[in-house]
Amino acid sequence: MVPTDVRDPNYFHKVVDCQWACPAHTPVPEYIRLIAAGRYTDAYMINWYSNVFPGILGRTCDRPCEPACRRGRLEPEPVAICRLKRVAADNKDDVRSLLPARPAKKNGKRVALIGCGPASLTVVRDLAPLGYELVIFDQDKGTGGMIRSQIPRFRLPEEVIDEECGYILERGFVELKLGWRIDSMKQLLAENFDAIFVGSGAPRGRDLDIPGRKEAANNIHIGIDWLSNVSFEHIDKIGKRVVVLGGGNTAMDCCRTARRLGGEEVKVVVRSGFGEMKASPWEKEDAMHEGIPIFNFLVPKSFTHENGKLTGIVFEKVKAEKDAKGRRQLVPTGEPDEHFPCDDVLVAVGQENAFPWIERDIGIEFDQRNMPKVDEKTMCSSHPKVFFGGDAAFGPKNIIWAVAHGHDAAISIDKSCHGEDVNDRPPPLVNLSSQKMGIHEWSYDNDISNDTRFKVPLRDQAITLKNLKVEVELGFDRALGYKETRRCLNCDVQTVFTRDLCIECDACVDICPVDCITFTFNGLEADLRTRLTAPAENLTQDLYVSDRLKTGRVMIKDEDVCLHCGLCAERCPTGAWDMQKFLLDMAHATEVSACRRG
Amino acid sequence: MTYIVKPKLHHPKLKQNALGFTHRDYEGKVSTLCAGCGHDSISAALIQAFFELDLEPHRVAKLSGIGCSSKTPDYFLGQSHGFNSVHGRMPSVATGASLANRDLIYLGVSGDGDSASIGLGQLAHCLRRGVNMVYIVENNGVYGLTKGQFSATADKGSKSKKGAGNQDAPIDLVSLAIIMGATFVARSFSGDKQQLVHLIKAAIEHKGAAFIDCISPCVAFNNHPGSTKSFDYVREHNEAVNAIEFIESKAPIKADYEPGTVALVRQHDGTYLKLKKLHTDYDPTDKTAALAYLMAHQAKGEVVTGLLHVEPEAEDLCGRMNVAKAPLNSLNEAELCPGSSALAKINAELR
Ligand SMILES: Cc1cc2nc3c(=O)[nH]c(=O)nc-3n(C[C@H](O)[C@H](O)[C@H](O)COP(=O)(O)OP(=O)(O)OC[C@H]3O[C@@H](n4cnc5c(N)ncnc54)[C@H](O)[C@@H]3O)c2cc1C
Ligand SMILES: Cc1ncc(C[n+]2csc(CCOP(=O)(O)OP(=O)(O)O)c2C)c(N)n1
Ligand code: SF4
Ligand code: SF4
Ligand code: SF4
Ligand SMILES: [Mg+2]
Repeated sequence: MVPTDVRDPNYFHKVVDCQWACPAHTPVPEYIRLIAAGRYTDAYMINWYSNVFPGILGRTCDRPCEPACRRGRLEPEPVAICRLKRVAADNKDDVRSLLPARPAKKNGKRVALIGCGPASLTVVRDLAPLGYELVIFDQDKGTGGMIRSQIPRFRLPEEVIDEECGYILERGFVELKLGWRIDSMKQLLAENFDAIFVGSGAPRGRDLDIPGRKEAANNIHIGIDWLSNVSFEHIDKIGKRVVVLGGGNTAMDCCRTARRLGGEEVKVVVRSGFGEMKASPWEKEDAMHEGIPIFNFLVPKSFTHENGKLTGIVFEKVKAEKDAKGRRQLVPTGEPDEHFPCDDVLVAVGQENAFPWIERDIGIEFDQRNMPKVDEKTMCSSHPKVFFGGDAAFGPKNIIWAVAHGHDAAISIDKSCHGEDVNDRPPPLVNLSSQKMGIHEWSYDNDISNDTRFKVPLRDQAITLKNLKVEVELGFDRALGYKETRRCLNCDVQTVFTRDLCIECDACVDICPVDCITFTFNGLEADLRTRLTAPAENLTQDLYVSDRLKTGRVMIKDEDVCLHCGLCAERCPTGAWDMQKFLLDMAHATEVSACRRG
Repeated sequence: MTYIVKPKLHHPKLKQNALGFTHRDYEGKVSTLCAGCGHDSISAALIQAFFELDLEPHRVAKLSGIGCSSKTPDYFLGQSHGFNSVHGRMPSVATGASLANRDLIYLGVSGDGDSASIGLGQLAHCLRRGVNMVYIVENNGVYGLTKGQFSATADKGSKSKKGAGNQDAPIDLVSLAIIMGATFVARSFSGDKQQLVHLIKAAIEHKGAAFIDCISPCVAFNNHPGSTKSFDYVREHNEAVNAIEFIESKAPIKADYEPGTVALVRQHDGTYLKLKKLHTDYDPTDKTAALAYLMAHQAKGEVVTGLLHVEPEAEDLCGRMNVAKAPLNSLNEAELCPGSSALAKINAELR
């Protein structure tokens, strides 16, 4: 293998599994250490710069960082990264003075944003301090998009949404046009904005067209429409017996909401297996914890009704089988159909994009799936003035992806407004600094905690099931939060090896608690992976390879399960190993553009 | 030394031995030696050897004297027995212990100061008696613990850290061990774990006095140019006479070796040592030839390593003296006090 080039920022960035996995590349271990130090405000601000909605995300993020977390490869459970973010948000001081200053004057550019969800709000956050005039249109009456209209209040209190949307909307020349639906892109283009950002989400819930649908329509509701009606207080009750169809996160929010609006016997029914459900494991757990059973391998066949009133649903029993080509298929078991009597049905079987308001002859190209053609890096459409982001760009995802898209789109909008090439992307800001303070002293806590993941305390169900607006999770308090922070392995404190200093004494090999380090003769990667002190079977994790040493061998470190404990560096007599903090901040339009113009 | 305890977390795919232990179960406390000390590598090799031999830690007794090297038993096999004796007196403690309990595996850990200076007499008698033990000297040519004075194994003319030359002739521990009658004599280097682990395993399985002189650089006081016990010097002058492998199987698989390149040495208990000969004329069972070879090659400045001498059918002290098989503390009154008729019989024999 060729020696590893640690000057390539991607190499060390990849080692920080959580940051690499986070769409917005939040410097996770950095904020976790700040929480441990009781510096909640600083931890909040690190988050705010990266992901814009720390308080919201600390309760609702899909947390792609957690399945990626290194601790999860050493123990069954990763660090509770997401809920630690909430600790920062809950305990911070007033941050207003730390937010970017409002611009003194306009920069003369006008941008329209369609939708006031997290994607648009991120664009606004990044552009407002630069003096842009920003006009946001949303058909809804509130800010936040689906964060407000869909996510139920028992998961996310209204004050948190108001606070974090507020920080953005007061940053500059922002005009909010709520209850204003855009019906023609052509018309909007005619208003001569310098750029238009489409952050309209994926607002259409899929329906279920089976017999009885029309006749029983009064008691059959599309999940996302129903949830937004609940959010905006148009609906405040439901029948006693409720069946929720679908196995995604929307279904989980529907059933838990129904439970709070009078549903006494709420059931979730999914077509496929429990294990194949799209909902996150923790969402399923939360629903079942509230006494909501989940039935699987049942395909809805028809709605039953009497005198125009829904009486239940008939399901066909199925099982999963592999067909001739090895594809998984659901086939009837042959058992008699099952009837689930109920008063109301919530259909949560998927969500779609819909762009009836974008004319197809104005230079915005769409593909066969009727989705706009959008560049994944720049978020540009085929129209030079139109940019997409969030669920509108590539279909329904989640908040943190919407934020990441927003950051990228803001850079493109700023560049295009200044006549620059949108493909010329600003590099991240990278800093590598030694953490050595003394012979065996480091400026981070390298003493690894043996604790397993702490559970977030919940409020008593006697209270939460009675009131839609009472938050279920209490969050970690400071003491519990501190304990959880200590589970983080500080993966950003990198093991940096200097070939010329190594005397090949083996001290690092001997001390390493996880057998990461090997001195051996070089070879091809596939061969090397079999020759290391411990098997290196995780191919997604890199091998750090040095140049040839005096004995002709090379040092090879498998990054996979390194604890970043620094013991290799402590036991190294010559300082060939050093622990250096790798801090990577993504470039955002606010700073990049401010730099450019001095 | 480090301030933190070595984390409990370990690699998820660690190998387990026949007892279900991982090598981490054979660790001891975190070392307090200087970072990079050769002795720590020897501790790691010992951990590896005991792990690979599937030995239960509670069957091992670690004995040592005084010195950095003699401190190391605290840093491996945390669940074994141990005795840290006064300076140079490990061999007599080991001799006594091995007579009192033949069930344990005795591992003596010593330094060149501990064994070649103050304990030289003890070393000699322990080997000539054939105490059934592994005797390992972690040889760095200095008294590390007392800040690097030359020891009795320092080569004549080798330089101290401050530049002073050593005037005295060195004691060659392996030659001495062969002459004193040790039945397994080897030399190795802390920087060559491959070789060292195999030698330790073979030494543990050897019945009789097994002696290993392990060159182990002192990074604090004897790892500079001019030293003959530094990493660089030993790597440059290391001449291995053979590569050894310990085979537990009673009937080793016949493999195709070039004639004369591999020797299989059958041990008393039917196990085998496979010796890959690196110097085809070297025969470790021939004591006289071995001594001559050592003298000739060491005169050229070579550090000769490998299994230098072995007597496959060796006898040990307890066997020769017909010591009770069971540990003495397990003998009951009837066994210890056979009665007046037995006494009368003994007395009659002495008349
Ligand atoms: C029930 C449910 C629960 C969810 N829970 C989570 C969760 O816990 N965590 C998570 O990360 N994600 C969750 N999501 C997904 C998340 O809400 C979305 O991925 C995210 O909000 C997308 O952001 P966005 O900015 O792209 O658009 P949206 O948030 O969808 O906002 C788009 C806005 O545009 C408006 N709009 C659309 N068309 C027009 C138009 N023509 N004119 C004017 N306004 C228009 C819409 O009314 C809407 O307010 C959930 C989704 C649902 C449905
Ligand atoms: C009876 C006695 N004499 C002298 C000493 C001082 N002393 C302590 S360690 C040591 C030498 C140790 O050298 P070595 O065995 O080579 O161990 P190293 O530290 O080099 O591993 C001496 C002379 C002592 N502790 N006890
Ligand atoms: S241990 Fe900490 S730094 Fe490492 S991946 Fe997990 S959260 Fe991130
Ligand atoms: S920091 Fe060093 S000693 Fe600790 S786990 Fe990583 S490689 Fe091993
Ligand atoms: S003084 Fe020398 S022998 Fe003692 S611990 Fe330090 S390096 Fe090892
Ligand atoms: Mg010594």
